[in-house]
Amino acid sequence: MVCAFLALVVLILVFKSSYLLGQRSLADLLLTTDWNPPRGRFGLLPIIAGSVYVTGLAMVVAVPVSVLASTYIAEYMRGAAQHVMKSFVDVLAGIPSVVYGMCAIIVLVPLVRDVVAPAFGVNSTGFCVLSAAAVLAVMVFPIIISVCVDIFRAVPQETREASLAVGATKWETTKLVVFRAALPGVFSAVLLGLGRAFGETIAVAMLVGNLPRMPASLFDSAATLPSLIASTYGEMMSIPLYDSAMMLLALILILIVLAFNYLAGLIKKRFERLQLGESA
Amino acid sequence: MRRGRIQEAAFTFLMVSSLALVTATLVGIVAVVLIKGGPALSVDMITETPTAGYYLGGGGGILNAIVGSLWLALSATALAFVVSIAVATYLQREFSTPRLANAVRTVLELLWGVPSIVYGVICFVIMVFVGLGTSLLAGIVALTLLEVPIMTRVMDESLSSVPPELKVSAHVLGSNRAETSVRVVWRQAAPGLVSAVLLAFGRGIGDAASILFTAGFTDFIPRSVLDSAAALPTMIFFLSTSPLPEVRERAYAAAFVLLALVLVISVASRLLTHKLSTYVVK
Repeated sequence: MVCAFLALVVLILVFKSSYLLGQRSLADLLLTTDWNPPRGRFGLLPIIAGSVYVTGLAMVVAVPVSVLASTYIAEYMRGAAQHVMKSFVDVLAGIPSVVYGMCAIIVLVPLVRDVVAPAFGVNSTGFCVLSAAAVLAVMVFPIIISVCVDIFRAVPQETREASLAVGATKWETTKLVVFRAALPGVFSAVLLGLGRAFGETIAVAMLVGNLPRMPASLFDSAATLPSLIASTYGEMMSIPLYDSAMMLLALILILIVLAFNYLAGLIKKRFERLQLGESA
Repeated sequence: MRRGRIQEAAFTFLMVSSLALVTATLVGIVAVVLIKGGPALSVDMITETPTAGYYLGGGGGILNAIVGSLWLALSATALAFVVSIAVATYLQREFSTPRLANAVRTVLELLWGVPSIVYGVICFVIMVFVGLGTSLLAGIVALTLLEVPIMTRVMDESLSSVPPELKVSAHVLGSNRAETSVRVVWRQAAPGLVSAVLLAFGRGIGDAASILFTAGFTDFIPRSVLDSAAALPTMIFFLSTSPLPEVRERAYAAAFVLLALVLVISVASRLLTHKLSTYVVK
């Protein structure tokens, strides 16, 4: 039943978007930059580019910070401190995304508008790629950290002891032994975070400006796939092609996210099998 | 040797500052919500519905969103519980083959990752198909879809960790598969089941994307399942960019209530899990 449901979701989206696909070629839709539904122009490139920019920028910040933080939690903290930190991360993961979005509107948007953008000599409303990416990075932290800590803990203790016994320092052991063993797992954690970031709707919709145009700089407004769906749902029923275009956006979104998550699951399973094989 | 030590010092510094950054974001978010939401919160705020329309300013509070959110999340969690406990129990070794179970687990994990906006869109398509407008009912269905994969996956994990000896003992004493599941396995897995329900509830009450199209928004408390319903997340989403300060206050108060609810649930889940584990056979 569960499997049928997933198939049904994809099928509904394919069926609803086929109306638009019947009238325009996929290449025409994906490679033109003119998004103007009332005039029948459905260039999806700016929206896809917006998604890629925002998510990419967020991941560039989030991945090093989360991996470093989780290394510290897993390798350098012990007992109660580690437990407290893990619960702390879980709490962070449970905060609703609207709350992130609202806090960013209060703190980050004025900061970008009045301090950061003028420092670069540009005008910005503050509702831009940079703000959205920053809040997205913060939202991805707990997801990557939580998985990474588990992955690091799954590396057998004996491999660390063997390395320490032959004279490696704690850091050398972490760098050369733990990282190497945990690499596939860390990669799957990053993919999981990427999937979540790509599909994050509300916080991004509140911050990115929802302007489906090619963003020329970090301080321009843009739109991402989910944020555009969220911000235009009211009008989308009036024009049949528009409705169909939204479904196509949702279809592209779900396919990309499914691909990321499937890959992440595959790599993680492989990592677990490898580690269990080693420790047994 | 010296270079190694410098590298070690540099990376330790980076690790500690990363951790500090992550900690600071949580503290910062709680602080912003407290500072902005605390003063906005009053007895009137949580006991009255908006009096002058949600974009016009004026008096009144956020009762419509509080009641709406509770209706949506409680009903969705109850529905999701019925589905999830059945699916999770069926996934155990006594009922299904490992191959089927693993395939379903993979799909559940994929569904967990599906962005909630997609559940909203799907529900919207179904609503149009059956001729239903934005309503409490549609919002509940969307949230149920969102919660089922989360709840089932966590329940499945806690049911799977029940020691097989326990099930064998129950079977030896003459109980069948269903009796064993209900009387022995569920009781043994109770802490995990409770935390699964609370995790899903916390996710459901905080999600805005899935109910944005489906539950709609209104200033009134819904009288039937066919009425539109406001919710705390959608209220924050719609009102926090309002040009009117009185209206923004409502968003801040809503964020305060929502964050408090989510944090209380998160802590309660930990405490309950701990308390319930005293009745578990170790």
